[in-house]
This record gives sequence, C-alpha cells and structure tokens, in this order.
Amino acid sequence: MNQKKKKISFKQWIPFYIMGLPGLIYLFINNYLPLAGLQIAFKNFSYSKGMWASPWCGLKNFKFLFRTADAWIMIRNTLLYNIFWIILGAVLGVTAAILINEVVGKLKKKFYMTAILLPYLMSMVVIAYLVYAYLSPTSGLFTKALERWTGSAPAFYQETKWWPFILTFVNQWRQIGFGMILYMSTILGIDPSLYEAATLDGATRWQQHKKITIPLMIPTIVMLFILSLGQIFRSDFGLFYQVPMNQGSLYSVTQTIDTYVYRALLKTNDVGMSSAASFVQSVVGFIFIVGANKVVSRLDENSKLF
Amino acid sequence: MVKTNKGWNISANIVMVLLSFLALAPFVLLIIASLTDENVAMTYGYSYFPQKWSISAYQYIANQSARLGRAYLMTIIVTAVGTSVGVMITALLGYMLSNKDLPGRGLLNLYVVFTMLFNGGLVPTYIMYVKTFAIKNTIFGLIVPNLLCSAFLVMLVRNYFENSIPRDLYEAARIDGASEFQTFFRVALPLSTPILATIGLMMGLAYWNDWQNGLYYLSDQSANLKTIQNILNDINTNIAYLASNSNASGVNVASLPTQTARMAIAVVGILPILVIYPFFQKYFAKGITMGAVKG
Repeated sequence: MNQKKKKISFKQWIPFYIMGLPGLIYLFINNYLPLAGLQIAFKNFSYSKGMWASPWCGLKNFKFLFRTADAWIMIRNTLLYNIFWIILGAVLGVTAAILINEVVGKLKKKFYMTAILLPYLMSMVVIAYLVYAYLSPTSGLFTKALERWTGSAPAFYQETKWWPFILTFVNQWRQIGFGMILYMSTILGIDPSLYEAATLDGATRWQQHKKITIPLMIPTIVMLFILSLGQIFRSDFGLFYQVPMNQGSLYSVTQTIDTYVYRALLKTNDVGMSSAASFVQSVVGFIFIVGANKVVSRLDENSKLF
Repeated sequence: MVKTNKGWNISANIVMVLLSFLALAPFVLLIIASLTDENVAMTYGYSYFPQKWSISAYQYIANQSARLGRAYLMTIIVTAVGTSVGVMITALLGYMLSNKDLPGRGLLNLYVVFTMLFNGGLVPTYIMYVKTFAIKNTIFGLIVPNLLCSAFLVMLVRNYFENSIPRDLYEAARIDGASEFQTFFRVALPLSTPILATIGLMMGLAYWNDWQNGLYYLSDQSANLKTIQNILNDINTNIAYLASNSNASGVNVASLPTQTARMAIAVVGILPILVIYPFFQKYFAKGITMGAVKG
C-alpha cells in the first residue's frame, strides 16, 4: 500500500522534471562538459589530435607560463585593479546612495537614477567608442583641445602612464549607478523612527548619517565586499580589451588574466600557456568564492550564496 | 528619511546633477560627433559645438545599408531568439526548483548553483564548442555559449515562484483537472510577469550588447553573420574596415567620413536602448536590487 502510494507520487513529479530538463541540459553542456577540458592544461594539445588523444606533458605548461614576465604582470594587474576598485566602488556607491536619498522630489530622483545608471547598460565596445571620442589621436576632443592650448598632446593610446587612471575612471563611471541603486535599497530599509528620535535629540544630519545610516549599512557593505573578493581573480574582459583598443604597447598596465587567455588562445595560438593560465584562474577563483561564502555564511546565514 | 533637510537637499542636488552630467555627456558627444562635418572633425576634433554640421555619416550608413542593415537584422534575430528561448528554459527550470517537495531538489539546486562557482574557463569552453559542437561560424555561436541560461537568473525566478505566488493557486488548478503544464502556462506564467520582464530585459540587453561570442566564434569568413556590436569591434581593430567594400558603391575612398561614420554606427547601435530604457528603468533597478543582495 505504502509502496504503491510512493510510486504514484513519484509519477506526479515527472512533468516537473521534464520542465526542468532543457535548462539542466543546457547547463550540462555549457558549464559541466567543459570541465573535462581542464585536462588540456596538463597536455601537449593539438587541434588535429583533439583533447583526449593529445599526449600528457605534466606541469610543463605551468612551468613555461610562470617563467614568463607575462604571468606576474597579468596576476598583478588583475589583483590590484580589483582590490582598488572594490574599495573605491563601495565608497562612491554608498556616498551616492546617501545623497540621492536626500533629494526631495520623486521626479528628480527618478531622472538622476535613470541618467546615472545609463552607462551600466552599454556594451564595452560602445564604451570604447565613447572614450575614443575624447582621446583619439586624430580627432579626440581632449587631444585636439590640448594641442590647441599647449601645442602638443599626449598619445593616450601609446603611453602606459595614463591607463591606470583611465581604466579606473571608466570602470567607476560605469558602475556607480549600479552601486547607488544597490545601497539605496538598504537605506530605504532603515527604520524611520531612528531618525525621528535622533532629530528630537538635536542630532545634525551629518551626525545622523555618521551614527545611524552608515553603521546600519555596514552589514551590506561587508557582505558585498566579501562577495566581490570572491571574484578577485576574474576581470572584466571587455574593459581591458576594448577600452585600450587592444594596443600592444599598453599591455603592461592593461593585461589581465582574461585578456591573456584570450590572446594566447586565439591570437598567438599558444593553447598550452592559455589553458594553464585559465586553469589557475578557475581553481584559485573557486577557492576564493568558497572561502568568501564561508565567511559570509558565518556573518549572516541569509546572505550566503549556497 | 523622515524630514527633509534644506542644506542637504541642495548639496545632494548639486552632486546628482554633476553625476548625471558626467553620465550623459559622453553620449551627447557621440551623437554630435556623428553629426559633425568630417573635415571639421579631422581638423578641430570632435566637439560639443562643431563649426559645421553634416549628415554625411548617415548617408554613408545608408549607402552601406546592405552590410549594416544585415548586421542590424542579425542583432535583432539573435536578441529575439536568444531572449525568448532563454526566458522560457530559465522560467521552466526555476519553476521546477520552486517545488519544495520535489524529490532530489537539494541536489538539483546544487547542480545549478555550482555553475556560478566554478567554470572551466575560456579554453575548454571554446575548444568544446568548436571541436565537439562545430558552432564556429554559425549563428549558434552567437546564441548558445554562455548567454542562454544562467544560474543567477534561474535563482531569481525560483525565488519569485517560491515566495510571491501562493501555492494554493496551483492546488486549485490541479483540483480543477489542469495538467502540470497547463498549471505552469495558465497560472504560474501570467502571475509572474514582473520577474519575467526583469529577466527578459536583462537577457535581451546581454544579447543586444554581446560582442564576445562574435569575437570568439565568428571569423572573417562569416561576415554575413556579424551583428552591429561585431561590426563596431571590427572597425576598432581594423580602421580600413570602413573603406573596404566602398568601391562597389562608387564612393571615393579619400572622402569617406571615417571619423564620423564610426560614431554614427555606434549611435545606431545604442539607439534602441536609449529609446526603450527610460520606460523600463524600474525593471532594471529591480533586477539589480533583487540580484546582488541575494543570490
């Protein structure tokens, strides 16, 4: 009797499994099958032999990779940009969120939000065009203006010294709307009676933000900070590839793990080095994400990823 | 916030106006640059106040309508197909996972979430798609890799089905004799338009903006598959791109508006986003708040 009931109840679930199947199959193909390809990092890969038939070569690919200066440059660039941008992004996002909450008038608020979020919706190719409009050597707004005023203008797409600043500016310009909206939702969740009480006690607005708003935002800030630390080995391929226009002379400040993997795989046809770099990124990235999630779940059970 | 504060309101407005200006100014320059006379752009550079206006860049686009029109059509096809298939399989998977009693639910959840934590990276993915599935230089190369379904959006839909639709409604439909598929299409889907609109917009935007799949999976042999974003990328990597193909239309290469035409193509590429976005801004904002705060 019991057995029969179980069978029937399992049967009733079959339609649900069928519904989930297309998505599950897609994730299997797109995300699980490539995992078998991680072995390429330990092989002497050739396209003609394919993944399975290519001979093993132990750690040779990694040895070659870490003997090059490229390896350290791309890891340094990936980590430094990420760390700096995570901190700067949090500061700017929180500040913008607090300020937009002080704006009176629904329509004004909506306009500001719409405008400031717009860059976030653009592809990196288009953003590269926007940057080019200012910095182009032939007709950029800044280049030509500098030429007229000072007689000469820097060759922005040739000189590395500008790019840490340009990339930082572009990145924050694109992200600030995102951060603002994110932190705004936290501020909106703060109990208004706290501010009422503070006002009655004669606290200034500045003191209210310092003693109420920011302390109550700390959990969200910390959470997002840790979650982005989990992504610290990944970089925005488009930003580092498109915005500097793929200029070789700028690699020392624009090369990250993702751009290196792409260039080695499709431009210089060095599958060995590329797969080694890609392998390191996947594994170290995984360790960082799991670690970050562990910390988050200890701080706040509800915010963890899994 | 309870009471408004005059001083703060004024300074906040000043900062917000500045930020809005910074956000919008490059787009204004892009549009004006596309409407500038080519010689003026070459001599004086792009400017907010060009000495001479011209629509020759757009005439160039019209002349190139075979190539650019085709790219535009490809963008539309890829976006429409990718988004509709993607939303469907994402919604179905999210619906399945939203059943608390589903046998094996925990395992299936882990199966989906794991894809957010670990991935094989570009090299294995590229080699698999090219060698095993032979999608290089096919339209599938633009639609299938990475964009069709993401664990993140599946989780958003699952949470919505789980928390925002009363389970009694499904029960009622079942008692009325509806099959599970009918329940999904007639009850669950119509009630979930806010979340479907949000993930649909996010996916549509991702497809419209995508140039990476084209960069990886299209080579020069498949010029007729390129989307607008791929064309913009080609112009960046190869300045001669605008001049190629122009002999056919009888244009003098020297008089090609290369500096302004590239801007005009970019304007055409972002125009739909600029037009649609203000009306759907709240869905984008919603997607952001839902997403990053809770995975």
